[in-house]
Amino acid sequence: MSQKTLSLVEASSLKSEVPKFAIGDTVDVHTRILEGEKERVQIFNGVVIARSGTGSREMFTVRRIVGGEGVERKFPLHSPKIAKVEVKRSGVSRRAKLYYLRDRVGKAVRLREKRDEVALAAGAAKKAAAKKAAKA
Amino acid sequence: MTQVFDADGTVVPVTVIEAGPCKVLRLRSLERDGYSALQVGFLDKPRRLASRAVRGQVANLESKRSQRKAEAGVVSLPKPGCEPKRYVREFRGTVDGVEVGQDLSVEVFEGIARVDVTGTTKGRGTAGVMKRHGFKGQRASHGVKKVHRHQGGTSMNTSPARVFKGKRMAGRFGNERSTMRNLKVVRIDKENHLLLVRGAVPGPNGAMVVVQQTNLIKKVAGPGAPVSKKKAGAK
Repeated sequence: MSQKTLSLVEASSLKSEVPKFAIGDTVDVHTRILEGEKERVQIFNGVVIARSGTGSREMFTVRRIVGGEGVERKFPLHSPKIAKVEVKRSGVSRRAKLYYLRDRVGKAVRLREKRDEVALAAGAAKKAAAKKAAKA
Repeated sequence: MTQVFDADGTVVPVTVIEAGPCKVLRLRSLERDGYSALQVGFLDKPRRLASRAVRGQVANLESKRSQRKAEAGVVSLPKPGCEPKRYVREFRGTVDGVEVGQDLSVEVFEGIARVDVTGTTKGRGTAGVMKRHGFKGQRASHGVKKVHRHQGGTSMNTSPARVFKGKRMAGRFGNERSTMRNLKVVRIDKENHLLLVRGAVPGPNGAMVVVQQTNLIKKVAGPGAPVSKKKAGAK
């Protein structure tokens, strides 16, 4: 009953098109900011290290290194202030929260890039071919 | 509680209150009752759980006595003719244009900027002074032994040689009537009878609360006494 009522309210706050990205992705977050009268878009680039909450309360955390110092920003996923989230690079991650990146510096921060399916298929074909060749 | 985005995209924490529809059960008048008030009921109660007296309050019941009264020409009070109500509350004051049996919806809050919400706080059982009164407790070290969450002294020495009345101590906490005043009305959803107020209100999720126009600020021109009994459907 109360959950139903809540979802009624939250439905009004939800975005019709939720930006698609995954944990470990390097993204550009386009935020609308008001400067006096003018509105402009600011871009925050970094790695998505966490998503939390559900419904209209869902948030995501983006981490980047600025001048050797780690900077994290947490955004409400459904906020109208978030113009768009652009995925620049997909990283491989085996967990939902990448808090361990906080303890890493330099090269260790990098995540292995997720290869797209075409590349994966090509890799598999190559492997199979190599196997065949070895057999023959 | 949940949150919504306002016009410029800022997050606003809100409590969702299922506000009505409430049935007007009775109008108290100065002449008959000695005070004027509006009695409203919210949510139906099964008839089998309602006593005959309660059923008779909301609808005319057939009985020998009522027959005799009718024969004698006694005019009974107007009844709303509805199901017994789970929650019945009275609101003091006179309201124009309200009749018995009328449904009050969330629309009574239109044009009202701020409300007071009264409810029963969550019961916390026996609680210490830190939780109950916000005392600071004692130090974690420097010789403090097993009294880290205790209060300090309760009084002075030989004069007055007693503890003053009303000294705040540990004890039963919560489960008491409390009012959050001057809460901003964020949104009114007529379709689903929902009232969204900024911030928290007393009580657990799903608890019954009473919402009234706030008496903190001077009343601006608006509906007479836009009061109605409500329930926090979800918080």
